[in-house]
Amino acid sequence: MSLLAVENLSVSYDRIRALHGISFTVEEGEIVCIIGANGAGKSTTLRAVSRLVKAEPGSRLRFADKDLLAYGPDRVVSELGISHVPEGRRLFENLTVLENLRLATFARRDTERIEADLRRMFRLFPRLEERRNQKAGTMSGGEQQMLAVARAYMSGRRLMLLDEPSMGLAPLLMMSLFDALRELNAEGTTILLVEQNARLALQFARRGYVMENGRLVLAGEARGLLENPEVRRAYLGG
Amino acid sequence: MTVFLQNLVNALQWGSFYALIAIGYSMVYSILMLFNFAHGDVFMTGAYIGCGIALLLVGLGSAGILVLPGWLVLVLTLLLAMVVTACLGMFIERVGYRPLRDAPRASAAITGLMIGIILETGNLILLGAQRVKFPALIQPVTYELGGVFVTNQKIMIVIVALGLALALHQFIRRTRWGMAMRAMAFDYAVVPLMGVPINRIAALTFALGSGLAAAAGILFGMAYPVLDPYMGIVFGWKSFVAAILGGRGSILGATLAGFLLGFIEIFVAMVFPSTLRDFIAYSIILLILVFRPYGLFGEPYSVRLRL
Ligand SMILES: Nc1ncnc2c1ncn2[C@@H]1O[C@H](COP(=O)(O)OP(=O)(O)OP(=O)(O)O)[C@@H](O)[C@H]1O
Ligand SMILES: [Mg+2]
Repeated sequence: MSLLAVENLSVSYDRIRALHGISFTVEEGEIVCIIGANGAGKSTTLRAVSRLVKAEPGSRLRFADKDLLAYGPDRVVSELGISHVPEGRRLFENLTVLENLRLATFARRDTERIEADLRRMFRLFPRLEERRNQKAGTMSGGEQQMLAVARAYMSGRRLMLLDEPSMGLAPLLMMSLFDALRELNAEGTTILLVEQNARLALQFARRGYVMENGRLVLAGEARGLLENPEVRRAYLGG
Repeated sequence: MTVFLQNLVNALQWGSFYALIAIGYSMVYSILMLFNFAHGDVFMTGAYIGCGIALLLVGLGSAGILVLPGWLVLVLTLLLAMVVTACLGMFIERVGYRPLRDAPRASAAITGLMIGIILETGNLILLGAQRVKFPALIQPVTYELGGVFVTNQKIMIVIVALGLALALHQFIRRTRWGMAMRAMAFDYAVVPLMGVPINRIAALTFALGSGLAAAAGILFGMAYPVLDPYMGIVFGWKSFVAAILGGRGSILGATLAGFLLGFIEIFVAMVFPSTLRDFIAYSIILLILVFRPYGLFGEPYSVRLRL
């Protein structure tokens, strides 16, 4: 049984189809990526899993053998443990670093585990602890991306959906962010990553899907996709 | 000087009414991107609910069933009316606004106007055209300080208003519910991703705002005991002005702007004939807004509406 099983998922915005019946799976403990050009439908896919956009009739989404469509967006997070790092980070810039992290635990009652998770995040990203009482909006882009990941982890760590975490980061920062994500994955967090930076994503993930115009057109081991001539031509610059 | 101080006392009293109503406008606007134009009529309804509860308690007292001191009747009236009116606010949010959450903002705005009319005419149908008189609950005592007359009632009004505003401010600063409200004011679309049930936050916002409006209604009824179904209209508009003048989503701003409105009105009336009062007072406020279009204490917020 897959942790996440998406079958025939279709989504429309104002009657314009953005996803045309896509199917994919994510196994427990995996790192899976979806690569594709601008407007391919990558973010829409993550929004559908988070229940922020409506899946059309006929779509089937299952998570840990539960019907995902029976859950509202907040319960997807608080009851199923699916967290989402949105495109462009979207931090609450008027709240402090610590408040951003605490807000993510709004529905959690496991106080001791919350404190342990908080310590874990501060160990992973020491900068966040140094700046915990600073307004999130006053941090650098790299620090903000760390906070976005840490905030998502605090809200739920069974499956983490990441929407273009590399956007706007210098190569060195990007590397250390992906190292941190790999650590979290080793501790049991399953990761579904969406990226325009195909090389980075395919080096990081175990399996990958290629999305074009709202359809998944290729799937396979990430290493295989890196070697695939079509993928190389279209996404890796030859 | 004594005239000035005397007017200061009156300005504080009127500012208390405006501030309490403005806070509700401001919260709903910043958290739900919504002008709740029914809010003035919620204030009116709160005054009537408070009046009903007070009359009931006074009636029970004179029948010898439940004899309570006046101050306790007042406290109970305030608390009960705030709770009942908070429920009314949540009901309005649930049936009037929630279905229109993603609709054009103009539709939501006229919903508010319609709910306001329903509350006004509903009141007329229920109680008829007769005027309702708010019972006197506390013995009036007048203190004289260097030629300035202050009643215990005015002191109480200002203290209750400031106390409620401060309590709400603390609630929003310190609790996780308040934190969720601040987050929603900044970037509404992301809040569900934090596992926060936004419908409950919306309901809470309406409950708090409506509760404060009820408090304003009761305090107003104490000072000016004759209620009428249309009393919320002008109060609503003026407090709406205070909410915007205070700055988006700022409790402190709405409170101060409410008091500022009271001051400007009273002091304009001190200098000019009272028929010119609102003409001049609101010209001044218009000027302030021209120079500070974001209001006095606007909080920053994200312009992105969707994820
Ligand atoms: N809120 C929206 N309203 C209308 N159409 C939308 C909306 N969001 C996305 N779309 C459309 O849906 C399609 C898929 O968009 P999506 O954001 O999922 O693409 P993406 O693969 O994430 O692109 P990018 O790499 O640029 O982030 C696009 O054609 C886009 O224009
Ligand atoms: Mg995208």
